[in-house]
Amino acid sequence: MANDDIHPVAKGQSRGFSLDYAPAPESASVVSIADEYGLFIDGEFAEPESGELFATVSPATEERLSMVASGGVGDVDRAVGAARRAYDGVWGPMPGRERAKYLFRIARQLQERAREFAVLETLDGGKPIKESRDVDIPLAAAHFFYYAGWADKLEYAFPGRDVAPRGVAGQIIPWNFPMMMLAWKVAPALAAGNTVVLKPAETTPLTALLFARLLQDVGLPPGVVNIVTGAGPTGEALVDHPGVDKLAFTGSTAVGKRIQKVALARGVPVTLELGGKAAHIVFEDAAIDQAVEGVINGIYFNQGHVCCAGSRLLVQESIAESFVDRLKRRLATVRVGDPLDKNTDVGAINSSRQLARITELVEVGVAEGAELYQPDCGLPDRGFFFRPTILSHVEQTHRIAREEVFGPVLSVLTFRTPEEAVAKANNTPYGLSAGIWTEKGSKILWMADRLDAGIVWANTYNQFDPASPFGGYKESGFGREGGMHGLAPYLSAAPTGGRS
Amino acid sequence: MGERLDIQKTYKLFIGGAFPRSESGRTTEVVAADGSFVANVAKASRKDLRDAVKAARGAQSDWAGRTAYNRGQILYRMAEVMEGRRSQFEVELVTCGSSAADAAAELDEAIDLWVWYAGWCDKFQQVVGTVNPVAGPFFNFTVPEPTGVVGVVAPEQPSLAGLIARLAPVLVSGNTAVVIPSEVAPLSAISLSETIATSDVPGGVINMLTGPKLDLLPWLLGHLDVNAVDLTGAPTDLDPAVLDEAVGNVKRVIRRDPADRGPYAITDFCEMKTIWHPIGR
Repeated sequence: MANDDIHPVAKGQSRGFSLDYAPAPESASVVSIADEYGLFIDGEFAEPESGELFATVSPATEERLSMVASGGVGDVDRAVGAARRAYDGVWGPMPGRERAKYLFRIARQLQERAREFAVLETLDGGKPIKESRDVDIPLAAAHFFYYAGWADKLEYAFPGRDVAPRGVAGQIIPWNFPMMMLAWKVAPALAAGNTVVLKPAETTPLTALLFARLLQDVGLPPGVVNIVTGAGPTGEALVDHPGVDKLAFTGSTAVGKRIQKVALARGVPVTLELGGKAAHIVFEDAAIDQAVEGVINGIYFNQGHVCCAGSRLLVQESIAESFVDRLKRRLATVRVGDPLDKNTDVGAINSSRQLARITELVEVGVAEGAELYQPDCGLPDRGFFFRPTILSHVEQTHRIAREEVFGPVLSVLTFRTPEEAVAKANNTPYGLSAGIWTEKGSKILWMADRLDAGIVWANTYNQFDPASPFGGYKESGFGREGGMHGLAPYLSAAPTGGRS
Repeated sequence: MGERLDIQKTYKLFIGGAFPRSESGRTTEVVAADGSFVANVAKASRKDLRDAVKAARGAQSDWAGRTAYNRGQILYRMAEVMEGRRSQFEVELVTCGSSAADAAAELDEAIDLWVWYAGWCDKFQQVVGTVNPVAGPFFNFTVPEPTGVVGVVAPEQPSLAGLIARLAPVLVSGNTAVVIPSEVAPLSAISLSETIATSDVPGGVINMLTGPKLDLLPWLLGHLDVNAVDLTGAPTDLDPAVLDEAVGNVKRVIRRDPADRGPYAITDFCEMKTIWHPIGR
């Protein structure tokens, strides 16, 4: 089939037109990064007890951005103590309508300082500026705005219940959407009347620390939000602390299982938002051009560092060959490089460790028999970068089809019938998200009903909204973030009336 | 002719709609409040538990795929059939130590629980489901779905009403169940199984395993095809090593006061699914 008239861009390329974009760098001058950051405890920045600091680097340049405090057991104890005092003395007794005003203030200040937060997010995490500017920071602000309005309306969310905050929430967030994950954790906790000790990821602490400054500007009472930076041991100290009344974790399934163990032993309520291996299902009757865009966005958005990334393409056999051809040609136009460049589609891999993991799994995929495609794009000389990758002829047993890669790597499998698509899609211990592309409405609903996934995107993918609950089935965890459902983990709810 | 010799009952397990003995061949003796022999109750083994989980998994998609109206009618049918057999249940409760008045009150409660939850089958979705006002051209809604196979550790007392209080909400949304009934008073759970078997409940939807809870719990919590476990009837001082078994497949581990009834007792065993679709021409 003569496909080359479908994409005039690709045709133009073959005639020697240049597709190069002029550099369009976003200025980093809007942010000022301190040489060192302490822990944010009781409204002040404080030295860690150990005096230990660790470096946070820009993954795009490997340059050190700052030195950040490494929180230890004693620091976590101080933070939990501050959170407890704030809960008992200020935040717990405060009327919901007043808590709401603080959250509205936070949302507004985030909007006002959105550019600063977006640039810092991109510098520290490596994600394209157009994503931090158009997705991460606006959604973080929207999340605070959404939950602000719940703070004085909690009794309407759970009919027949008397709700009460749980107390001190211990929250651990990942490096892929640092500010968005912060907002997903902090906003509902505060709206429900809890106080917070938050541990950001060790590779992306800077926006959380800028957020701490914002909280000072907002005038949030000291101790209501405490931010303790550090690596795994800092998180463990938080999880193990007997003063924490509720745990929330977003990250890998392996760490999530360890946290669930501690929570079960201690009888502390926990919510877990863990890994995924989403099936992205394309039927022969899909709107193909839209499906191509959806699949590309589904896996290469944020370098594939997305727990709900559409990492397993299940494409109907009748269109598999032509569909994969289209994907490859679309991928050839994806711009990989400087995250601060406003044209960049795929930025830097978050860390050298993650780059090594992606590299290893792709090598395993090829060794197991998958066919590798990577566009012939240049990569910057330094920094952590990986070419967007398509692995086709993948079998269900391949590691690349079973393990979460958390990188820009799409595995392609095929199916013949809707039943087979469901069976293959559900053939994973994960159950976070799924995508369906077909123009037939009844088939969407038939599929959506059968997929083991907390989020099903039909004829779209990777959409997020504060009003929309997010969370997984099976080993992707439990509990929901977002929407009315996202309040439940932060409240205890006793029956008011009893049975009639 | 002398006095008629009464027929002693063999209290067996209930797996996949059938009443097998334990494959282990083991039993536990149950004695009446006065110390006299009542029955040998089957002592379920690990293999029996696996068989029960397999039966529950096999029955789950059909049960969840039925209309909510149909599930509601089947749970209501449980009340109808129990009502007709309440004297048998009362006798068993009295045998296990209840007073006649307590037994009668417990039967009232047990039967009414089926009616209460029968009515929830096609209503709780409208209480906990939502249409979400997202900031974009999308239709977005959230619906509860059953989590899958649920292990239910029933309270020791009240042995019948407590079991139904924890089992019925599991069934409402379309889960199937593997139940470990009261150890001290297991008789009514077996008779309940006989009621289930004649009440249009499909085989495998409810499975009943009598036996020592502390033996069965690690196997139940460790089984990778069990999605959730209700520990309401388990000791509160369980060995943490036993609880550790639950994390292998990130089980939902629930405890809830049996008196706490309503949509949240149902949604403890539900997953919330959110579906997005663009709006356009």
